[in-house]
This record gives sequence, structure tokens and C-alpha cells, in this order.
Amino acid sequence: MVNRTSSANVLMMKKLLVFTLIMFVFGYALVPFYEKFCEVTGINNLLKPDVQVKDNWVDEQRWITVEFDANTRDLPWNFKPLQSSARIHPGQTIEVMYEITNNSDREVTGQAIPSYSPRFLDKHLKKFECFCFTKQVLKPHETKQMPVQFVIEPRIPTDIQTVTISYTFFELLPGAGNTKK
Amino acid sequence: MAAVHGDAHGHGHDDHHPSGIMRWITTTNHKDIGTMYLWFSFAMFLTGGTLALGIRAELFQPGIQILQPELFNQFTTLHGLIMVFGAIMPAFVGFANWQVPLMIGAPDMAFARMNNWSFWLLPVAATLLVSSFFVPGGAAAGGWTFYPPLSTQGGLGVDLMIFSVHILGASSIMGSINIITTILNMRAPGMTLMKMPMFVWTWLITAYLLVLVMPVLAGVVTMLLTDRHFGTSFFNAAGGGDPVMFQHIFWFFGHPEVYIMILPSFGIVSEVIPTFSRKPLFGYSSMVYATASIAILSCVVWAHHMFTAGMPTVGQLFFMYATMLIAVPTGVKVFNWTATMWQGSMSFETPMLFSIGFIFLFVIGGFSGVICAIVPIDIQVQDTYYVIAHFHYVLVSGSLFALFAGAYYWIPKWTGRMYNETLGKWHFWLSMFFFNLTFFVQHFLGLAGMPRRIPDYNLQFADFNMVSSIGAFGFGLTQLLFLYVMINCIRSGEKAAQMPWDGATTLEWTHLPTPAPYHSFEKPPVVK
Repeated sequence: MVNRTSSANVLMMKKLLVFTLIMFVFGYALVPFYEKFCEVTGINNLLKPDVQVKDNWVDEQRWITVEFDANTRDLPWNFKPLQSSARIHPGQTIEVMYEITNNSDREVTGQAIPSYSPRFLDKHLKKFECFCFTKQVLKPHETKQMPVQFVIEPRIPTDIQTVTISYTFFELLPGAGNTKK
Repeated sequence: MAAVHGDAHGHGHDDHHPSGIMRWITTTNHKDIGTMYLWFSFAMFLTGGTLALGIRAELFQPGIQILQPELFNQFTTLHGLIMVFGAIMPAFVGFANWQVPLMIGAPDMAFARMNNWSFWLLPVAATLLVSSFFVPGGAAAGGWTFYPPLSTQGGLGVDLMIFSVHILGASSIMGSINIITTILNMRAPGMTLMKMPMFVWTWLITAYLLVLVMPVLAGVVTMLLTDRHFGTSFFNAAGGGDPVMFQHIFWFFGHPEVYIMILPSFGIVSEVIPTFSRKPLFGYSSMVYATASIAILSCVVWAHHMFTAGMPTVGQLFFMYATMLIAVPTGVKVFNWTATMWQGSMSFETPMLFSIGFIFLFVIGGFSGVICAIVPIDIQVQDTYYVIAHFHYVLVSGSLFALFAGAYYWIPKWTGRMYNETLGKWHFWLSMFFFNLTFFVQHFLGLAGMPRRIPDYNLQFADFNMVSSIGAFGFGLTQLLFLYVMINCIRSGEKAAQMPWDGATTLEWTHLPTPAPYHSFEKPPVVK
């Protein structure tokens, strides 16, 4: 009687330990699941090019001022847009150039992360080309010019006259981010 | 009848355990371990409470007087962590250790040695957590939810916190495995699942929730650790990670966690109210189903903590409605308790007072929870004192009041002595008064826009903050009265009657002598 209960107990403990282990792995499985979910639903689509929509039209009645901002964080680079702002019609595709310079004597890899103001701009901003889609590698004292090509959709609310597109370069340390795109 | 038979057992046994400190270090007796859990959690409660008083002292007046902002942030962070993981959760595990074997007629917990081990992990974890105040850079200061990027940037204190959470998680998982196995495999003959006392039911469901989400918490803090030290980028935007993902994974743990802290208190209240109403619990099976529904729903509402973090409208609507749905099974419980009291032959000893206080104040906290679930309102009150008021109404006047009710209710069975009823009532009424003084005004502060976790505030908030601080110090001092009542009861309380509560019907009252012998139910009772 006693023996039977205790072997049943041990069996139960094994089942529960396996379950615990599964849940630990599940916690990690949430990471690719999260990324896939965002990809499928189009949330958080910061690092991938958008496709040109077919029924694209240009609202020539409106003007929007786009301000360009550039920052670096703990990176020995100079990073600036070649023009500080642009005035465009919603729906009109535009390309602007950014310039980065590596001031150090070593090769540095960086990744730019975009940030928008107002925050909902990401819904109306379609980017076809951007240096932020890939990591950038600069040799010592190398200078590079890189384009961003985008359109702001005419559906953007009419009270918006000025928007800001900002990029911050972060250094990718060796070994960091290898598991990620 | 059975009282006598149990007694004979108790004396027939030689207690061959070591004495002194080694008794407590090596014990595998569920009663000893339960006692240690309860004392440990009370010590942590006083520690976390002291931090809370530091916070309230700083907020007594506008301006920076006592705590510099950095230290203030450490206080709020550690107050939350200590109260959640050090005080409330271990206290409930202490009750489970004492009561689950007694209530189902089992001789001890299923894995007695592991039980000892899961307790002794706790002081280690608590030492890590508290000692982090004294390392360079101080303790973790990014809030008890340790969101990155703050938690990926902090100093050594954050690492200590991460290890502490790992150890606490391991302890909880072992405790839950023990409780589940005990309940499923070791019930007395005749005790079917649907005859189990409500407290046992709520703990069974809680233990399942714990093994479901604690490993996820362990995973997320491990990711944090590897992000900090081993070059991964789970939450680091520059490396392709996403800090918002942390919030999703954390709250996948975090929301079931708040039910882990409230379901056992539902169980305690469901034992106390029938006893002092001298009626069986109204709607027993609906109580079981309501508890299970709450547990299941709690796993699909996590993102209501993150309405302002950015989410599609359809997501906000889903989480809003799912959250509001929890009010339904919770309402079933509240109405069942009320119906249990209805036309009962009620008496108002301290456990009953705390249980009624629990229902009254928990319902207020539940309603403010429904208010917070509504997206447009939540966007207004996010991170304000309204949220602080809401979760203290469910955690202090919910979980803590139920713990007090349980302590007063079972202390005669545990010690064989009665507590001082007059002082117990004083403890209740003072707690009730000062609790509301502290937290009710925080609703107004939150609606007026006072943000949480900030050591200074606008002059317009001064009066209510002063009221709240006075209440907090009153509440804190009142808990020393509880300590006195308990020590007084243990050392020199009057001898308790065999059946101190005439309405009690569960096995520990009907089948065991008072106090419960060191070894109980070695021959299982037969339940009809």
C-alpha cells in the first residue's frame, strides 16, 4: 500500500517535471512565435522593405515637411543626413541620402534603428529602400553614403503637416545578434 | 468521535527528531515546514512593509526629503518583489503545508524531503534580494516588473535579483509539484475530488497555474541574464530584439501570477464563512468551476497590462473583453459567499471579520479592475496611483486579509491555544481603518494624474498624499499588534477547546485532537 502510493507519487512528480520543462521551453518558443506573429500581421515591420502599392496616387493639394534626424549611440561614427528636411506631397516617392563616417582605427559594424514622430507615422510610411534593413560595416576611416527611399501615403490624417524620421546607429558587438536577422 | 482515536496515535509515537536548530533545518514534517514558511513570510512582510513606509515617508510631503530618487526607485522595486515573492506567495504555501494534509486526511506531504528543500531555498533567495541594496549601484530599480531596457542596463543588483527570482521560482515549482501530488494521490478513502474542502481545491488549481507559468518567468529572466552578459539580443533593439516582447512574455507569467496570489485566499474565505455562518458553503460545485474558469481566463488576458505599449485595436478589444469576462466567475464567488451568510446563524469572531472585510474590499478592488480593463480609461490611468490603489485593494485587503483570517481561524488547531479575541478584533478594525485611509485616497490621486514610481509630486497632490502616508504608518504599526497577538497566543494563550468553532466541518476539526499531533492521520480516516 505504502509502496504503491509512493511509486504513484514518483510517477506524478516525473510528469510534472516534464511539464515544467515543456513550459520553460515554451517561454523560449514565444520568441520566434512573437516575431512570426509580428511578421504575419505586419506589426513592428521596421527592418523590412515595403512593397509599392498599385493604386498609388499623389495628393498634390497637400504639402508635408519631413525632417530627418540622425544619432549614434556609443559608436565612433559621424552620421548625418545630407539634407535636414524635405517638402513633399503625400504619395510622392522621395529618396534622401545619409552619410556615415567611421572615425576610429578599427572596423565597426552598426545597425540603425528607426523612430518616427508622430508615433502612428509607421502606418502611413512605406519604405522601399533603407540602410536600416541591413547591418552596415565600415572600415577604419571609411565614409559611405546611403539612400532611404520612401513614400508617405495620402491617407495620413490631414492635420499632420510635419513629420520626423529619426535613425540611431547602435554598434553590433562581435557575437551579438548572431541568432537574429 | 475520532478526536480520541487521533490522540492515541499522537502519543503512541516517539518523536525522534533532533532538537534545537537542527530540528528546523532537517525537518521533513509538513507542520514544521508550514510553520517555517509562515514565519519566513511574516518576516518578509515586515521587510517589505518597512520599504513601503520609506516610500510613504518620502511622499509625505512634496519635494525630496528622505530618499534620493535612485534609492526611492530601489525601494519601490524591492517592496514589490519582496511582497509578491517573499511574503504573499510563501505565506499561502505555508497554509498549504499545514492544512492540505490535514484537510484531505494524508499523513504528510508527498515528497517530504523536497518540501524541506523548497523551504530552505527561500532564505537564500531573500538574502540575495535584500543584500543587493549593499552592492555597488544598489538594488534593482526598474520596478518589480523589471522591464528592459532599465533591467538590461542596471548594475550588479539586477543580477542578484535575477538569481533570486530563479531560486524563488524553483522553490515555487517544487512546492507546487508536492501539493499537486499530495492532493491527487494521497486523499483519504472516500474523499472524492468533489468532496474536497474548497481550500484544497483552490490550492490544486493554483499549483497547476504555478507549474504553468513559473517556468516561463524563469525563461524570461534567463533571457534577461544572457542579454546582459552573454551577448544575446532578445530585448535589445540594436541587435534585432524587442523590449516590448519582454512585456508580453513577462505578463504571460504575470497575470496568472496575480491569480496565484488570490485563489488560495478565496479558498480560505470559503472555509471561514461557512464555519461562522453555521451553514454549508452555498454552491460548492459552482465555486469549483468558477475557480477553474478564473484560472483558465487568467492565461489569456496578459496584454491588458500593456494597452499603452502599442497594440492593434483588435488586440485591445480582445484583451479588454477577456478581462471583463473574469468578473463573471469572480461575481459567482462573491454571490456564493453572500448566499452562504444569508440566513445563517452568524457570529463575528476575528476570522469572520477579516473574511467579511475581504469580501467588501476585494469587491472594490475587483470593480476598479473592471474599470482599468476598459481601454480608453486604462490609457488615462496607466502608471498612475489609480492602478496602485486597484492592486493594493486586491492584494492587501484581498490576499493579506484572507491570510489573517486563516491565521486566526487555524491558530487554535495549530497551537492548541486561543488568541486574544479582543485584541484580534482591534487588529481587524485598525487594519480596516488604516488600510482604507492609505489606499482609498490613492484612487483620487490617480484620477488626478499622479504618476507612480516618482519620489516627488505636484503641490496639488499634497493633501491626499499626507493622508495616505499617515494611513500607511498606522497600518504598519497595526501589524505589530498582529505579531503580538500571535506570540501571545503561542506562548500564553488560553487552552483552546477541542472544537473552538462549532460550525467547522472539515477533517482537521472533526477527526483530530486540538492541537493537531505532530504525526497525524497515519491511518487515513474514512470519509463518507
